[in-house]
Amino acid sequence: MSSGIIIALSKGRILKETLPLLADAGIELLEDPGKSRKLIFPTTNEHVSIVIIRATDVPTFVEHGAADIGVAGKDVLMEHGASGVYEPLDLNIARCKLMVAAKVGAVQPVGRIKVATKFVNIARSYFAEQGKQVDVIKLYGSMELAPLVGLADCIVDVVDTGNTLRANGLEPTEHISYVSSRLIVNKASMKTKNDILDGLIKSLADAVERRKQDCS
Amino acid sequence: MSIADRWLLPEGVEEILPNQAASLESLRRELLDLYRSWGYELVIPPLVEYLESLLIGSGNDLALQTFKLTDQSTGRLMGVRADMTPQVARIDAHTLNRQGPVRLCYAGDVLHTKPTSLSASRSAMQVGVELFGHAGVESDIEVILLMLDTLTVAGCEDIHLDLGHVAIYRVLAELAGLDEAQEMTLFDIYQRKSVPELAEFLDANLADSPLKDKFIVLSELAGDQQVLARAKALFAPVSDALAQAIDDLQVIADTIKARKPGVVLYFDLGELRGYHYHTGAVFSAYLPNVGHSVASGGRYDHIGEVFGRARAATGFSTDLASLIKIKRQATSSSLPLVFAPNSSEPALLEEVTKLRQQGVRVVVSLSGQTETAEEMGCTQQLTLQDGRWVMCAV
Repeated sequence: MSSGIIIALSKGRILKETLPLLADAGIELLEDPGKSRKLIFPTTNEHVSIVIIRATDVPTFVEHGAADIGVAGKDVLMEHGASGVYEPLDLNIARCKLMVAAKVGAVQPVGRIKVATKFVNIARSYFAEQGKQVDVIKLYGSMELAPLVGLADCIVDVVDTGNTLRANGLEPTEHISYVSSRLIVNKASMKTKNDILDGLIKSLADAVERRKQDCS
Repeated sequence: MSIADRWLLPEGVEEILPNQAASLESLRRELLDLYRSWGYELVIPPLVEYLESLLIGSGNDLALQTFKLTDQSTGRLMGVRADMTPQVARIDAHTLNRQGPVRLCYAGDVLHTKPTSLSASRSAMQVGVELFGHAGVESDIEVILLMLDTLTVAGCEDIHLDLGHVAIYRVLAELAGLDEAQEMTLFDIYQRKSVPELAEFLDANLADSPLKDKFIVLSELAGDQQVLARAKALFAPVSDALAQAIDDLQVIADTIKARKPGVVLYFDLGELRGYHYHTGAVFSAYLPNVGHSVASGGRYDHIGEVFGRARAATGFSTDLASLIKIKRQATSSSLPLVFAPNSSEPALLEEVTKLRQQGVRVVVSLSGQTETAEEMGCTQQLTLQDGRWVMCAV
């Protein structure tokens, strides 16, 4: 690692919506990551490079100090249990909801219910708060299928438009939490690279604020 | 049982191999000598004790971190220490039971049920100092100076010192009249410096808006020395305890700046590391491009109470095994490794003994050994020249 800073982003929606914010802060990619198989990219700011990794790996990279800052969804942070990083800024992007969903009109069985999800920790602690003990079934994708084929009674997943749920005959039943992407910062970097990071966090906060005002 | 089961170590449990072990041991000795030269007496607390004394005043974190076993003779639970500080506090408050300042240092293995951070191991070698019986800022400064010297001895450069004071949050939380659950939620928010969640929490739980602003500003009070001036203007009028806390930090900062001009100071008044047992100034050291703190400590004035004697206390500790990984290069001994032939000739034995007394490392060839001096890693060997045993290059 050099004395510069490394920003960890994940492909897809977070990358697409974070890049304009970074551009406002004077940081732009020099090449299109969609057309490259590289994983680490230089930017217009010679002290800043961007790594592009899986969304669930972002907190790990930042907590470990392999990246100084990163952008991660609140869902990923809640699941990861990221008390090891600072999360000073809500970027207000990639917004969605964490919800419980079940088959339309389904009556939940008495006693232990089976929950299919990739958010194992969130599901367990949410239902525990409701006073319910549940059996959690870890899946890596296509959660919506689980109630249809009798694998689970309900699912816990992020819901954006709700189209996928509807198309599969499911409906949201409980709202767990709002989700948006957060800026996360390694604790040691915040203290040792404060001169660079402080400025960057402030310009990102300004960029987020401007966008909010444009929308309203 | 597969063959791997016979040699695999448990996850996060480490062994330290020759070069690193040599450098760790020489660092351990240098540090204990350093502490002795400041008047710190070495203590060697036991590896296991009853759980109650290991976990005094430390909160849930340490309880989870501690391996437990049952004492067959009493049926009581014992713990393998996960932190030596409570043991040393027990020794000061109860066992030694001296008046006035007591300076103790220690070095020993600790075991954690889970790694404390992603890069940490579960077996660490903790080394540190504790100064008991003095509540003033001078003892905090002495401990910080020793922490910085410790890192310098370990070969660390460009040290960043992070200073905070948990009394500020404690006083504000008291003023706000938060119950325990609210205080813990707020504590967690500060740990993550989550500004959006902080605003949300305060709106939901606090009516007093000037106090609300103080909590918000507290989360922003991080940076260079200007932070203290801001803090003083805002918090000093609130209570004497707050004014005192900020003055203490100012004195610490000024002294460290004068005595260790190379150290970069960073202030973070919302830093609540060890909030459960710390009561005053807290400090930790960071190095550029190391993703976690390398040494840390702070004041914890109430820990002795459970042993029947309230004692002011401050101290720091660090993990030797991780320090040598970060910095210290393997100490290649300047003295050569000498190969001696397998013989019981008195003149040779005498020469070998003499060299060893001078600190030279001598290995003696064993009968039937076919490896040469070079293959044994020796640079010199003892050979007979003109009737005398002399060292010559391999």
